[in-house]
Amino acid sequence: MTFRKYLVLACVTLCASIGDSLLAHGMKQVGNVSLNHLGTVILAVTNPSVAFGILLLLGFFASYTTALSWADLTYVLPATSLGYVLLTLIARFYLHENVTLTRWLGVLLISAGVGFVTQGPERTHHSLNPEIDSQPEAATSNIRR
Amino acid sequence: MKQLYTWCAIAVIVFASTSGDVLLARAMKQVGDVGELWQKHGLFAVVARMLGNPFFLSGILAMTLAFYSLLFGLSWGDVSLIAPASASLTFVANAIAAKLFLHEKVDHRRWLAALCVAGGVMLLAA
Repeated sequence: MTFRKYLVLACVTLCASIGDSLLAHGMKQVGNVSLNHLGTVILAVTNPSVAFGILLLLGFFASYTTALSWADLTYVLPATSLGYVLLTLIARFYLHENVTLTRWLGVLLISAGVGFVTQGPERTHHSLNPEIDSQPEAATSNIRR
Repeated sequence: MKQLYTWCAIAVIVFASTSGDVLLARAMKQVGDVGELWQKHGLFAVVARMLGNPFFLSGILAMTLAFYSLLFGLSWGDVSLIAPASASLTFVANAIAAKLFLHEKVDHRRWLAALCVAGGVMLLAA
């Protein structure tokens, strides 16, 4: 795993959790959306929190697909679940919410899961792209640098 | 009856989001390492290769289905049941689907990771 790859995984985690939070915050400001007034949904995009939230979720999708291009699905999903932990920490220390013992246990379990999966290799089989597989490792390592 | 609808919605969400993840993962494995391709052929070539992959488009379609199923599910049941149940079951379903369809080597470490994260998500929402 290179530094660039860890950075991509961090992007997946941060963009998803912050994007979801911003979207939720913005939609609370916009108010209830009913099927009879669908124009409200379009107007909601003009809310800065919603707009920035959508931008971050696009960033999440870009970094998620990038991570899937060089790592297994069973590696990417648990490794990026630290977002749940991040949200709990934000709730406790920034929003001063009460976090119960059960929730801390949940945080502990997720952290353990992330620890388990990141100890192993990110890919357990070859790429399905023959063009990538046919390249010698020396050539690709130059690009990584 | 309402409970049956809720669990049906959870089943559809788990199925659709797992299908979406697996299809997207298969597409990206066919596309290859995005970072290397970007440096060699440029961003436009990477985007064109992704959009030209049928698995990628099917994955997006499955994820859209998962999103709308979640919206329908939330109108039938409680968010405190639907969100954690679908999220944690999706982690386990993904591990099974990745082993079956993507031929990933899901060893004890990865099973344990998927189960820990699934359990953790359930506890966070408890």
